[in-house]
Amino acid sequence: MNSSGSGQKAIEAPLMDIRNISLRFGGVVALEGVSFDIAEGEIRAIIGPNGAGKSSMLNVINGFYTPQLGEIWYEGRRRGSIKPHNIARQGIARTFQNIALFEGMSALDNILCGRVTLVRSGFWKQLLWWGPAEREETEHRERVEQIIDFLEIQAIRKTPVGQLPYGLQKRVELGRALAAEPKLLLLDEPMAGMNNEEKEDMCRFVLDVGDELGTTIVLIEHDMGVVMDLADRVVVMDHGELIADGVPQEIMNNQDVIDAYLGVAH
Amino acid sequence: MQQLLYLTEVSLNGLTTGVLYALVALGYVLIFKSSGVFNYAQGVMVLFAALTLVGLQRGQVPFAHLWTAVFGTHTYLFGWNLPAVVAIVMTLGVMVLLAILVERLVLKHLINQHPIVLFMATIGLAYFLEGFGDLMWGSDVKRLDIGLPVGISETIESFTAATFGYGVFVDRLDLFAGLVAAALVFALTVWLKHSQLGRTLRAVADDHQAALSVGISLRLVWVLVWSTAGFVALVAGVMWGAKSGVQFSLSLIALKALPVLMLGGFTSIRGAIVGGLIIGVGEKLFDFLMGPIIGGATESWFAYVLALVFLMFRPQGLYGEKIIERV
Ligand SMILES: Nc1ncnc2c1ncn2[C@@H]1O[C@H](COP(=O)(O)OP(=O)(O)OP(=O)(O)O)[C@@H](O)[C@H]1O
Ligand SMILES: [Mg+2]
Repeated sequence: MNSSGSGQKAIEAPLMDIRNISLRFGGVVALEGVSFDIAEGEIRAIIGPNGAGKSSMLNVINGFYTPQLGEIWYEGRRRGSIKPHNIARQGIARTFQNIALFEGMSALDNILCGRVTLVRSGFWKQLLWWGPAEREETEHRERVEQIIDFLEIQAIRKTPVGQLPYGLQKRVELGRALAAEPKLLLLDEPMAGMNNEEKEDMCRFVLDVGDELGTTIVLIEHDMGVVMDLADRVVVMDHGELIADGVPQEIMNNQDVIDAYLGVAH
Repeated sequence: MQQLLYLTEVSLNGLTTGVLYALVALGYVLIFKSSGVFNYAQGVMVLFAALTLVGLQRGQVPFAHLWTAVFGTHTYLFGWNLPAVVAIVMTLGVMVLLAILVERLVLKHLINQHPIVLFMATIGLAYFLEGFGDLMWGSDVKRLDIGLPVGISETIESFTAATFGYGVFVDRLDLFAGLVAAALVFALTVWLKHSQLGRTLRAVADDHQAALSVGISLRLVWVLVWSTAGFVALVAGVMWGAKSGVQFSLSLIALKALPVLMLGGFTSIRGAIVGGLIIGVGEKLFDFLMGPIIGGATESWFAYVLALVFLMFRPQGLYGEKIIERV
C-alpha cells in the first residue's frame, strides 16, 4: 500500500483505534485530543521532540496511565478501565525508554518472565499441582531458546542482566516482550544510546518481527533515518498534540513537522 | 564420656531454640524474596498470630476492654472453648485477612516506591499491630495449650541412660517443633522451587513496572506471600507460645531472626534454617563453655556478634545471592 522501507504489507483493519485522548498531570498537559489508529501488521512510528508526549501515549496504551478523556478501541471493542497486568494478558507487550529489566536475573530468566501470560496451568493450579506445570515449563524454555537464537544473544544467556552493556540490555528487553507472543508490541526508543552497528542489528530484529511473526509494532524513535527505513506510517506529536499523520514520505515534507523539529514558534 | 553427653544435651537444647529462630527467620525470607523488603513486622506477626489463637480458643471477647470502657459491658469471655483445630483454622483466616488489609491499605499505594519506603511502612505496621493485638486480646501473659506433646521424652532419657549411663533430657515439645519446622521448610522449598512461581516472586521484588508489563498482578502476589508469611508466623507463634507462654516479649525474641538472616542470607530458605541452627547451638554452647569465664549472660549478645564477624567475610550471608554492584 505504501512504498516506504519495508512496507509491502497490506494495511488491514485497525487493531487499535485511539480516539481523542487527553491526559494531564496536575497542570501539565501531556496529551491533548490525540487520535490515530494502528493497523494490524504495520510498523507505526511515533516521533516528536522531547516532552512531546510520546512515552505518555505508550503508557496510556498499556494502561500505566489513565487518560482523563478519550477512548481506546482494541480489536473492535471499546476498552473500559483495565489494570496494566490484564492489558499484558490481552496481547500487548512493551519495552521501556529507561530499560526496566529484572536486574538480578539472568537474560534467560528475564525472557522467561515474559511468558507469564502464556502459562496455561493457571496460578492457583500451579501452586497445588506442579507436575503438569513443570512439563509446561520445558515448552516455555524451548520457545525462549528460539527467541535467544533470533536475537543472537546465546553467549549471554546466563549473565545477570545488570552486568550487560546497555545495547544488550535493550535486546534482552525486546526478547522479554517477544516472549509473550504479543499481538501489539510497543517499543519506546529501542535504539536510543546505541552505536551504529547495534542500531542496524536492532532495526533488523524489528523488521523481522514484523515480517515473520506478523506482530503489529508501535515504535518511538528519534533517529529519522531509522524511522524512514522501518515505519509504514508515522504519527508526529508536539506539545501533547498530534500534528501530522501519514506515510514517511509525506511526513518528511510536512511543513508543520519541519517547524516543530526546527523549533519554530506556532 | 559424661562430659561429652552433657555437651550433646546442651547442643540439642540449642538446636531446638535454633529451630524456633529459623521458623521466625523463614517468615522474613519469604517477604524479602518477593518484595525486596525486610518486613520489620514479622516478629509482631508471630506474636499477633499466637495471641489470636489463644484468644479464639479461650473464647475471649475481642476488644473487651474497649467495649467495657465505651458501653460498660464487662464481658471478657464468651464462655466457650473452641477445639484447637477450629481455633487454628480461624487464626489462619485472620492472618489471610491481615495480608489482604496490608495489601489494600499499605502496599498498593507504594507501587514503584523505593524499598526503604516499604521498609518504613513495615515499621509502622509493626507498631500498629502490636498495639492492635494488645487492644484486641489484652496484654497479660497467656498460656497456649493446644494439646502439643510436653515434658521430657522418657524414651530418649531411658535409652541414653541404659546405653551410656547418662540420661539425656530432651523436651518432647522441642522434638515436635523440630519435626514441624522440617515439614514446613520442605513444603515451602518445594513450593518455591516451582520455577514459574519462583521467577514471579523475584520479578515482583526486582521491578514493579516491568512485572506489571509482563502481566504479573502485584497485588495477587503480595496477598499470597503475606498470607504465607502469616501462616509461618502462626506456626512459629504456636511453638514459641507453647514453650514460654504468649507474651509481648515474643516480638523481641523474634528480632533474633536478624542475626540469623545475616548469617544465612536474606533470600535463602536454607540460609534461614542453617543460620537459625548455628545461632541456636552456638549461643548455648558458647554460654556453656565461655559463660563461666566471661561472667555469664552471653546469650543476649552472642548471636549479634557472631553475625557481625560473619558479615565481614561474607556480606551476602551463607546462601544469599551474591550482591553484584556495577562500578
Ligand atoms: N508520571 C508523570 N507525572 C508528571 N508528569 C509527567 C509524567 N509522565 C510524563 N509527564 C509529563 O508529560 C509530558 C510528556 O512526557 P513524555 O515522557 O510523554 O514525553 P516524550 O515525548 O516521551 O519525551 P522524550 O522524547 O523526552 O522521551 C512531559 O511534560 C512530562 O514531564
Ligand atoms: Mg519518552
